[in-house]
Amino acid sequence: MSFTAVDYGTMVMLFILVAASLAMYFIKDLLHAVIVYGAYSLIMALVWLQMNTPDIAITEAAAGIAMTVLMMVVISRTSRKEG
Amino acid sequence: MTDFILKRVAALLLPFIQMYGLYVILHGHVSPGGSFAGGIVVGLAFIAFTTIYGLKKGRAKISEKATALVESYGTLWYGLMGMVGVFKGAPFLANKIAGIDLGELGALSSGGLIGLIGLGVGIRVSSTMITLFFTMIEEES
Repeated sequence: MSFTAVDYGTMVMLFILVAASLAMYFIKDLLHAVIVYGAYSLIMALVWLQMNTPDIAITEAAAGIAMTVLMMVVISRTSRKEG
Repeated sequence: MTDFILKRVAALLLPFIQMYGLYVILHGHVSPGGSFAGGIVVGLAFIAFTTIYGLKKGRAKISEKATALVESYGTLWYGLMGMVGVFKGAPFLANKIAGIDLGELGALSSGGLIGLIGLGVGIRVSSTMITLFFTMIEEES
């Protein structure tokens, strides 16, 4: 199978990934950052599915949910604001 | 939390979530998925139970001793399954070289040792998730 350029849907999703990563870095409210991380994880799972790796997509979805829950627990135990 | 609807829906859904996790673990070598993803799903079922029903009932379901035992013996199970290849005169974790029957295509038993190894990895990952969650939620704030 030869290399083909990614289609427009995947390209849009990749741009969303970049935007979400930058947003997670700049957002000061940690709860909002965790919510953005959840969206990032969902889009990442869809990208894996588009690239014909369904097993990695399942792992990404499950691990994304797990990490979101664990970070929520950490925020509930510590401060919500950064710094 | 004393939400009636939440508790009833969780009681209906959580067995199916655990069943799905075990399915993903056991079918890791013949279908998409794997022991890591399935283990996380099984662990998340326990985490959801604890967040809905409270810390005391969650700890009653799976105690600290049980998670420690499952974690240790999951790793030991992986090592033992790897040593099967060594005892047969082949490298560590060897499957086909060691002469183990690979089964038939599409059947659950196909893949020799891989399914058994996946079971060990799956329960170990799930108990790791549970341990992480309980370590954070039981800490005094």
